[in-house]
Amino acid sequence: MAVTTSTPRPSALRRKRPNAPGELSKRFWATSVMWLLVVAYGFPVLWFLLSSFKPAGELFSYPLTFFPDQPTIKGYTQAWTSFDVATYFVNTLIVAVSATVLTIVASAACGYALAKYNNWWVRAFTVCVLATTMLPGEVILAPLFLVVRDMGLYNSLAAVVVPAVITATGTFMFRQFFLTVPNDLLEAARIDGAGELSTFVRIMLPLSRPIMLTLAIFSFQWRWNDYIWPLVVLNDPNKFTLQIGVASIVGAQNVNWSVLLGASVLSMVPLVAIYLLFQKYVMDADINAGLKD
Amino acid sequence: MVDSMHPPAEAPRVGDVRRGPEPARPRQRRWRRRRLNRYAAAPLVLISVNLLLFVAFFVWPAVTGLVYSFTSYTGVGPAPYVGLDNYQRLLEDEAFYAALTRTLIFTAGVVPLTIVLSLGTAVLLVTDYTRGKTVARVIFFLPWLISPIIAGVIWRWLFGENFGFVNYVIISLGGEAVPWQSDANLSLFVVIIAAAWGNTAFNMLLFVAALKNVPTAYYEAASLDGAGSWDKFRNITLPAIAPTTFIVVLLSILGSMKEYALFASLNDGGPGTSNHLLVQYIFTKGFERAQVGYASAASFVLMLILMVVALVQLAMGRRKES
Repeated sequence: MAVTTSTPRPSALRRKRPNAPGELSKRFWATSVMWLLVVAYGFPVLWFLLSSFKPAGELFSYPLTFFPDQPTIKGYTQAWTSFDVATYFVNTLIVAVSATVLTIVASAACGYALAKYNNWWVRAFTVCVLATTMLPGEVILAPLFLVVRDMGLYNSLAAVVVPAVITATGTFMFRQFFLTVPNDLLEAARIDGAGELSTFVRIMLPLSRPIMLTLAIFSFQWRWNDYIWPLVVLNDPNKFTLQIGVASIVGAQNVNWSVLLGASVLSMVPLVAIYLLFQKYVMDADINAGLKD
Repeated sequence: MVDSMHPPAEAPRVGDVRRGPEPARPRQRRWRRRRLNRYAAAPLVLISVNLLLFVAFFVWPAVTGLVYSFTSYTGVGPAPYVGLDNYQRLLEDEAFYAALTRTLIFTAGVVPLTIVLSLGTAVLLVTDYTRGKTVARVIFFLPWLISPIIAGVIWRWLFGENFGFVNYVIISLGGEAVPWQSDANLSLFVVIIAAAWGNTAFNMLLFVAALKNVPTAYYEAASLDGAGSWDKFRNITLPAIAPTTFIVVLLSILGSMKEYALFASLNDGGPGTSNHLLVQYIFTKGFERAQVGYASAASFVLMLILMVVALVQLAMGRRKES
């Protein structure tokens, strides 16, 4: 429906003569290929989702049925109550929200400085921030763990949040944005006697609201789906995040598939909801280099 | 470095805005310098958080990691200096080579598949020939929202040996159950498919942005000259999106070289240890066996490999440009 109501966007691959012979068959093939891919990409998730509504006994009983015979949400309730998914959920939410807020504040400030000040050490720091994309956390996992442990953060949610605050991607998103803001605006504020920091907070920060939203979604996704770093620094099951929790169900001797399916689907819900709400901030984001944690 | 990867059309304009009228007249230059000196406190405050975190969680671990790699540190107690012993043992360890080979095979499988799929889906989402893009876009993007751990669970469920849907279909069609989990190569194959499925969405987004930036006039001119769709794609689209392709290839290689979570939940690097990749190797040594010094040495070898990949890529990109 949205296709027909939205204004047609001038597409790069547009043809001049839409009704020429051959166009119709091209259209047919392109659309078929696309929908074939849609099925290929969607099927694993659909099968997973439908399975999660099957009672435990039906999961493995041949012949497999596509739709659950007796739909139930027992897997979900069991996961939520007896497997601590509720605790994991809250922990993950705390981590993702606090990391996201801190990331936005730090990245906005740093990105602004990198864009609008030309001191040699600011330029040098730009290169340093870039270097962090080349050296991902996995490469310095062991020493990073020791640093965090020596700070006394081991086994606390703060240990997951704090090292994640600095991201090259976020910083550069803001830097690119502030580069496009005319310097005249900054000069005008200076002439009016505004302090540098208050110019940033009162004028520049409100301008960058779309970038904030985009980065918020990205950052939330990174933290929500993070696995290896929380696994390394969290030891107490009461502090586990969802990913570690789900992985621990998978790692058990006898995988309880009914609970595993329920827990997995539950863990996906928040991100899918956020995405559907703020789709345009993800899909229309002016993404460029380095935008991947 | 990233700057050079931006759409070239934009770069000069931004530069112009920033520098303003700068045909170095002395007075203006002096004013400029004075301005720079005046604003040292503000930028310092603004970057302070990032600077602090950069030093604490990046420079410091990198330096200590390098130091530890020359010791037999176990995480507690003293860290006796052992020279190059860790590196020597590493280069003699069969398990390390096995992990390295598996990592390279995995990368060689995932990267081309990801590129083809993400470029293909991006083209289908941009072209005017397709119908139902809104739904397709959401479905293609769905895997981005799913964490590697959950993606592993999803594909494990689909490819389960005794209970999976795929084997069920194969048996129903009269085939034999395929050992997706107990055969090392087949289980790596499943992970490659799952990884390509998961990586497509983000790269597709990059390609969509690039494709939309290709000037329409090129296609119109080519149409007038009677060029076919494939000619246009090969001679206009591909060269125009080359900078993006470059980034996607680089990010995909770096990403697959350090894959771990997907393996952890799909088959835990199994059967046995046959599909342990480098990060899992480091993780096992460093955290399960507490050989911090040895794990640090392995980390630095991984870092060296990643740096070589990045440098080779950059060199190739530069040569292509000139």
